[in-house]
Amino acid sequence: MELCDLTARELSALLRARKTSAVEILASTLERVGAVDGRPGTPDPAPLSDEDRRKVHAFITLTDERALAQAKAIDSRLAAGEDPGPLAGIPFTVKDVFCVRGTPTTAASRILANFTAPYTATPVERLEAAGGVMLGKVNLDEFTFGSSNESTAFQPSPRNPWDTSRVPGGSSGGSAAAVAAGEGPLSLGTDTAGSIRQPAAFCGVVGVKPTYGRVSRYGLIAFASSLDCPGPLARDVGDAALMLGVIAGPDPRDATTATAPVDDYTAALERGVKGLRIGLSPDYMRITIPTPDGGFEERPVPEEVAAPVRRAAELLRAQGAEIIEDVPMPNTRHGIPVFFVISRVEAASNLHRYDGVKYGYRAPEPVDDLRLLYKRSRGQGFGPQPKLRILMGMYVSAAQYSAQYYRRALSVRSMIRRDFEIAFDPHGPYRLDALLTPTTPTPAFGMQAVYGDSVLMQYADQLTVPANHAGVPGLTLPAGLSGDGLPLGIQLLGPDFSEATLLRIGRAYERATEGDAWRAVRPQVLR
Amino acid sequence: MSDAITPELFAHLVDLAALELSPEEAEYIRGQLNHQLQAIHELEAIPLDETLPVTSHGVAYTAAISQAPREDTWQACPNPEEILAQAPQVEEGYIVVPDIPHTKLE
Repeated sequence: MELCDLTARELSALLRARKTSAVEILASTLERVGAVDGRPGTPDPAPLSDEDRRKVHAFITLTDERALAQAKAIDSRLAAGEDPGPLAGIPFTVKDVFCVRGTPTTAASRILANFTAPYTATPVERLEAAGGVMLGKVNLDEFTFGSSNESTAFQPSPRNPWDTSRVPGGSSGGSAAAVAAGEGPLSLGTDTAGSIRQPAAFCGVVGVKPTYGRVSRYGLIAFASSLDCPGPLARDVGDAALMLGVIAGPDPRDATTATAPVDDYTAALERGVKGLRIGLSPDYMRITIPTPDGGFEERPVPEEVAAPVRRAAELLRAQGAEIIEDVPMPNTRHGIPVFFVISRVEAASNLHRYDGVKYGYRAPEPVDDLRLLYKRSRGQGFGPQPKLRILMGMYVSAAQYSAQYYRRALSVRSMIRRDFEIAFDPHGPYRLDALLTPTTPTPAFGMQAVYGDSVLMQYADQLTVPANHAGVPGLTLPAGLSGDGLPLGIQLLGPDFSEATLLRIGRAYERATEGDAWRAVRPQVLR
Repeated sequence: MSDAITPELFAHLVDLAALELSPEEAEYIRGQLNHQLQAIHELEAIPLDETLPVTSHGVAYTAAISQAPREDTWQACPNPEEILAQAPQVEEGYIVVPDIPHTKLE
């Protein structure tokens, strides 16, 4: 076990006992990056080699010099008897969709490949103010548009540390892969339809999609502004709780952040689940599969995905939770069609700002017409996924189609929200503290197995996206390995601002499975 | 597969979106958009509950958890030169663009 394999809390304890230093922790983590990561993603990559196929490729930019300066500063402050904060000396990575002043901030798109952020996103600012050491910026699907990380313009795209022939999930694929492979115990990701939870499940780590408005979006390059949630990826529940406590809370620079008080997420962790009401829903145990003829069929989730959910329910029941079965969530199945409309309308609006004029990519050939400059720059700068989203967003919000599509999608979104309100209503028929579901319809799929079929790819998010529509928080936990040795995830969803309860349930599950054989298995790249 | 987004409609959207696509890219993207519309069409069959208010957010923004608006005060930008340095073409503090197309009024 190297320093880089420890949790943030373990590292923190060693550091405070002066048994190690921030510089040593950083050196161990950088050594791991050197051993497993391979070459970073770039917009003009050489062809893939066999060596490349065995590496993780989590990073776009390694900010090792900046990190060393930060680590040295932390060590000096500790030596002077100061408390540099709850994340002192802990290396973390940042999905390359957050601005960090003076560092390239690309959104994994050619259109921002040359962009250096002139300011820092609030969640990153808070992580650094808490003593965290930023290791670098990690890969993602272009502008977060995908569920496999393959759409990044910065290739090679990240690979799953548990099986490098598989995707790490997306869009926070670099974040999940880095955390799983020992390349920093914490990563800051974003979740618009499942982009924290799905890759966390695929890579066997913990991921939190906070309540919408719990974590500031200031400095986050926007995808769908009514759905985007920054949040933590970590190796265990305690670390996720620690990191969430640092980044959560109101921010005057993001008017959508809520002023609701931030709970002490670590204090409640060990309180157990006695008396909590945890629901299971048949609507999360069936999935929609797009068929090759363009149709759709419904099937039960695969047995290997369902089994960990049932087992978790039994373990939590044994610890005193009340398990409520057959909770109806009838609008779950509409999550993806609604997302296809709302997210595209918001994305199209957000992507109009990239025009080759103010910053980012400009088509190199001289043109004498501003509109042609826009078209060339956007045509060359955006990959296929942003183009798909812009065009669909413009189509479904056009005056003649808006009532049929956009207005209707907003209405169905309200119906999805109402499913959760009924399930969590303290005076209603179910009175749930949390809903327990699978996180993903399948374990990690193969590279190239889905990419290119934008409909099939979108349906990878069908069990995570309802929480984004409703705004409620979600937590994914590693819950065993599939027959192929791939991580499986379970998800807990709760009422607005109930992150502390979800983390507490997650910790109870973690404790109950501490001795499980799968917990001792390490990812392929570390064997 | 549906062909609701015809080549003509598609070309119009591409123009409105200020994009330039190669023929292969256009064919792929138009096919995917029509494929996605099949999923979206499911929405048309859902009976809507007219009593539910339509909101653009999931979490209800009650006054209890909403921030007061920021004060409307003037703040100097601390680093205008860093921001201008991002622009592809700048002259004397101004961002330079090609001519803006215009039609002469008779």
